[in-house]
Amino acid sequence: MQYKSQAVAKPYFIAAIGLFVGQILFGLIIGLQYVVGDFLFPEIPFNVGRMVHTNLLIVWLLFGFMGAAYYMVPEESERELVAPWLAHLMFWIFLVAGALTVLGYLMVPYAKLAELTQNTVLPTMGREFLEQPTITKIGIVIVALAFLFNVGLTVLMGRKTVVNLVLLLGLLGLAVFFLFSFYNPDNLVLDKYYWWWVVHLWVEGVWELILGSILAFVLIKTTGVDREVIEKWLYVIIAMTLITGIIGTGHHYYWIGTPEYWQWWGSIFSAMEPIPFFMMTVFAFNMVNRRRRNHPNKAAMLWALGTAVMAFLGAGVWGFLHTLAPVNYYTHGTQITAAHGHMAFYGAYVMINLTIISYAMPLLRGRKAANSERSQVLEMWSFWLMTVAMVFITLFLTGAGVLQVWLQRYTATPQPFMAVQDQIALFYWLREIAGVVFLAGLVTYIASFFVGSKEPEAAAEGASATA
Amino acid sequence: MTYALASAVAPRRYPPGDLAIWIFILAELSVFAAFFAAYAFGRLGQVELFNAYQQTLDRRSALINTLALITGSYFVVRATAAIREDDSRGCFDWLLAALGMGTLFVVLKSAEYAHHLGEGIHLGTNRFYMFYLSLTFFHFMHVLMGMVILAAVALKARRGGYSAAEHTGVETGGAYWHMVDLVWLILFPLVYVMR
Repeated sequence: MQYKSQAVAKPYFIAAIGLFVGQILFGLIIGLQYVVGDFLFPEIPFNVGRMVHTNLLIVWLLFGFMGAAYYMVPEESERELVAPWLAHLMFWIFLVAGALTVLGYLMVPYAKLAELTQNTVLPTMGREFLEQPTITKIGIVIVALAFLFNVGLTVLMGRKTVVNLVLLLGLLGLAVFFLFSFYNPDNLVLDKYYWWWVVHLWVEGVWELILGSILAFVLIKTTGVDREVIEKWLYVIIAMTLITGIIGTGHHYYWIGTPEYWQWWGSIFSAMEPIPFFMMTVFAFNMVNRRRRNHPNKAAMLWALGTAVMAFLGAGVWGFLHTLAPVNYYTHGTQITAAHGHMAFYGAYVMINLTIISYAMPLLRGRKAANSERSQVLEMWSFWLMTVAMVFITLFLTGAGVLQVWLQRYTATPQPFMAVQDQIALFYWLREIAGVVFLAGLVTYIASFFVGSKEPEAAAEGASATA
Repeated sequence: MTYALASAVAPRRYPPGDLAIWIFILAELSVFAAFFAAYAFGRLGQVELFNAYQQTLDRRSALINTLALITGSYFVVRATAAIREDDSRGCFDWLLAALGMGTLFVVLKSAEYAHHLGEGIHLGTNRFYMFYLSLTFFHFMHVLMGMVILAAVALKARRGGYSAAEHTGVETGGAYWHMVDLVWLILFPLVYVMR
């Protein structure tokens, strides 16, 4: 750790991992409710459990991104953070607001929560992923503004690098597009239309910039490849991301009442969205192959390469599977979507967060470069457990989805939704088993922070093992 | 002879320019290829409609634009040849001329858009106009992007930022401009002429 203020990243990373655990537990609960419908009913109805599962995901990823920014920006800007105290303050505000919101979901019926939080004054509740009470949303905006002020000013006053600027652009976009969560038109088509400006333009737009810059940062640090080379790749990748991703929003506009041209635009541009992800894969492997030194943090390298591969598979390949309008006509809103959602979020955004945590956490905890050998071995085990489990979750959901599309929509004698759900129950059971393996991976991951802490740091391959 | 001399100074690399721009060009061409394929596919179902509305396009203006882009590309080639002989001034002048051709394209294309929009045509009018407007506008944005790149290269050339030994930037910008030109050479016959 080169700058003292980078230390503010630590609580953000810890909170992120804590919320990650919550997300997975709720994932297992609702996964089981798919096949055991009354499990934990009426305490945790499926819709509430699902809301907690997805909201926790988004919040912990945001914690991770903020932690990443607080860690990266001082180092890239070559100066201390402008206001570390503000970062600490915002951490607690965000955490308390997040916890209260989740408790609200769990303790009172959603309609009651809306009433309690005066939703009628400025109605923003009731939309998937953006279920937070308006007051929480306002809190998120305040946290985001304070965060951008802190990080932005540090960048402006320090050294400007491509990594810094791309990161800042991504974070700025994240904040700006969130504002559309306050726009809640009565017209259902317009409602969905702008809803996607938050959801799609986040995950297939500005978040990709954040992903790209974090990946570039970690690769610069671990491979020792010239910054110029890595920055050039970053430029090309983000340009392609924006060209394909922005108009690619159209793949959500096929059947919601928007004009026909969206079927063409959405199909053409989103079919090209895998390109920047593929570039990322080529980029990551290329940089690691051209590395000038072996970094002792092998776990971080594994996460970085894993992100590049899994993001391409989950976001790129599984996204392409159902992105063309004629295909989506049948697959819209089926388990195919769930399959894509799981692997894309894990491959792109969970893994990039775990990459930067893996790289930064040892340094934040006082190590020179990396954790002990034993800790890293455990962490790499967790990588494989979680990643392989996620591959299986995705494959089982894809199987469920294909069967669902066939039985419910494609065949000459379509069957009702619930009749089909019964017939694909086997896949849901298998998905749940894979989910348990994922949890085992997550437990292993957390254990890696506590194992071998007192042992010496791992040495880089090829270096003498004296450290 | 001077060409050979220049080569002796700086051994010719392949591909010219920065490798990153070639990856970018490849990606961009893929997007256009998908667009052209979609056009062909979309036309299949409504051949008569496409043929009928194709007649409403201004082919003369598009032909002039084709010549403008080809000429612009030629000027870029001259600019690259100039810098290979260490002639920064010449490089700048030729790039300026290429930018002039780009401007001509932008003006003529804007006039076409003004005409169509004035007639109340929009993306939802019919499938042909949807493709015509989207394809040409997507290309139009690339012309603007290419002009920004050429302008940046030209400014650096004027400051003497390139030499016979090191002029990767000129080749990089040139490669992108040729791509913009190449796409139009497919777009023009496909949308304006072929029946």
